[in-house]
Amino acid sequence: MYELVTGPLAWLAFGIFFIGVTVRAVLYIRGLDWQMDRVAYKPHRIHGLKGAVNSIVSWLIPYGTRSWRFYPFFTLMVFVFHIGLLFTPIFLEGHNILLKERFGFSLWSISQPTADVLTIGMMTAAFFILLRRYALPEVRILTTWYDYTVLAIAVAPFLTGFLAAHQIGNYQFWLITHILAGEIMLIAIPFTKLSHFILFFLSRAQLGMDYGIKRGGMKRKRGMAW
Amino acid sequence: MAQGKFCNREKVDTLEQLQALLNDKGGGQYYKEMQDLDVDTDLLWATLQKTLKEKSRIKAWLEICAHCGMCSDSCFLYLANNKDPEQVPSYKIQSTLGQLYKRKGKVDNAFMQMCMDTAWSKCTCCNRCGMYCPFGIDMGIMFSYLRGLCFQQGFVPWEMKIGSGMHRVFRAQMDVTTEDWVETCEWMAEEYEEDWPGLKIPIEKVGADIMYTVNAREPKHYPEDLAEAAILFHLAGEDWTVPEEGWEETSLAMFAGDWEACKMQVQSVYDAMERLKPKRMVVTECGHAYRATVIEGPYWCGLKTGQPPVESLHYVEWVAEVLRNGKLKIDPAKKIKEPVTLQDSCNYIRNAGLAEYTREIMSYIAEDFREMSPNKDHNFCCGGGGGFNGIGRYRKQRNAGLKVKRDQILQTGAKLVIAPCHNCWDAIRDLEEVFEVGIRWSFLKPLLVEMVEVPEHLKPQEEEV
Ligand code: SF4
Ligand code: SF4
Repeated sequence: MYELVTGPLAWLAFGIFFIGVTVRAVLYIRGLDWQMDRVAYKPHRIHGLKGAVNSIVSWLIPYGTRSWRFYPFFTLMVFVFHIGLLFTPIFLEGHNILLKERFGFSLWSISQPTADVLTIGMMTAAFFILLRRYALPEVRILTTWYDYTVLAIAVAPFLTGFLAAHQIGNYQFWLITHILAGEIMLIAIPFTKLSHFILFFLSRAQLGMDYGIKRGGMKRKRGMAW
Repeated sequence: MAQGKFCNREKVDTLEQLQALLNDKGGGQYYKEMQDLDVDTDLLWATLQKTLKEKSRIKAWLEICAHCGMCSDSCFLYLANNKDPEQVPSYKIQSTLGQLYKRKGKVDNAFMQMCMDTAWSKCTCCNRCGMYCPFGIDMGIMFSYLRGLCFQQGFVPWEMKIGSGMHRVFRAQMDVTTEDWVETCEWMAEEYEEDWPGLKIPIEKVGADIMYTVNAREPKHYPEDLAEAAILFHLAGEDWTVPEEGWEETSLAMFAGDWEACKMQVQSVYDAMERLKPKRMVVTECGHAYRATVIEGPYWCGLKTGQPPVESLHYVEWVAEVLRNGKLKIDPAKKIKEPVTLQDSCNYIRNAGLAEYTREIMSYIAEDFREMSPNKDHNFCCGGGGGFNGIGRYRKQRNAGLKVKRDQILQTGAKLVIAPCHNCWDAIRDLEEVFEVGIRWSFLKPLLVEMVEVPEHLKPQEEEV
């Protein structure tokens, strides 16, 4: 079983993930239409680029926009969640050892306690995000089963990984489940809402170009104050 | 009945059609017929495929919306309606356009009516929500798109159908013919010439520095506005003109989602530019007019640069310029002394970046200028944008929506609101009528005419006794 999930299945998952994400990006860019979107992308590349960078960077900074500042607690949860989600798997020591074994190279690693803090933080944030879905009427009305599924897909590798790493319960079982859960997440990224992994950047860039080129970019002295 | 006599998928292209529609007072029969209007689901799906499915922007927006609700508090209609969850921007668009797409256009009459009611009474296309969504999902853009789909199917508020018909027939949002327009210009020039010696409204002059264009309401209902514009150009010593045709900047067609008529209207202005070859164009104090002709228009007309044929300024840009370069000087004694606030029109502030120009003007004319909060690019819609002011069916909803602006104004402590936009001006007038909070409102022009220094040689000659 271990051979299967870390061998062919892993290859498949990573393959689908990388190809899928690339395809999504290419399709998105090809599907932009200057006349439908009413943004003259090409003739004003520099204005567009400035707008896009401003739009992405402002939103990547915690509390960097009005909207992030307007919802201070939720913003904290969103950032803790996403930082945990992205950093932990890439810099986890265990993963890097695996990388070294298989491919002969590894990345810089974080210590186990750091990984624990990130993971627990991420899961706690997920819990509050879940709670918020129930608690706030304006979020509840938007929520569908799909949102819960997607959240579950994102949290599963962390919960199972945490249990395995700390040998809580049956290690072998949690390890295999963890690997499978990770693979499910990778495969889900291009096909579900998790595609915002890449589309966040592209969509932000698009609106940034819209404001940078058309909606006042050439008139505003400083860029848009997001 | 599939298609009604008034309520149908046909475009209003003739005066007879338009007259008939107008005679159906308040759209009584029109809305009755709407109950039986069928939905051309094939056409709907074909359009959705071509403009949504095969494109990426709106499709990605609908797909990646995280249902996080961060857009909720950004919408003034959500706030004005006691945070009704059904007013959350994401909910409004997912339950309409989102469903329409999901069901591949297979929807019924009731659904289309719900889409219409949502698109015109729960969104003014102010685009504020797009600034508060982490993904940059702009519900205003999507609602504007949805309006286009509704219009195509004939599910459009009566006034909007008339409005787009006006543009189709008159190339103006109201029944103002070329003769009416020219006569009004001549009349105003004559009427005011005595007080302002040498005052002219030059019509159809080729090669002027400025081509001035207006909102049809001005010649139709407020001709003094035209006179005031003329006086200010005259005092500033501008070389200006108005075109005989192509003088109308507004676009109820844009509010209606009638993209074909949008193009016709804007093209008439661009044709005037080609004909008269002015150095620049200046648009009157109207927000959506500027948005339609200067910001969106180039795209409707297929101009690849996204720019109108001639550099185009909103009135506030021109005013800021002439105050800056001294062509117009404010008499310090006549500056506004009382507290005064300023309404930022979504259409040329958030959607065209002119916030600093209006601030610059305020610095010249007001001693106690008070900002609303939030302001500039983040300002709330006046409550009457996107056609909301003009639709009888949604009067109640519009009035409820005015609360946010009322409170914003009251918080400044100012009793005078400067609103350099027709829609904002109307909304603020109406909010005073509804809530009686004791405020006054004004365009810039009448205030400026009172405040500017008049050079000696332009003063009326003393009568010889
Ligand atoms: S803020 Fe954006 S992602 Fe969140 S619910 Fe609103 S539209 Fe969707
Ligand atoms: S565009 Fe404006 S009115 Fe429409 S949903 Fe967004 S915030 Fe509300």
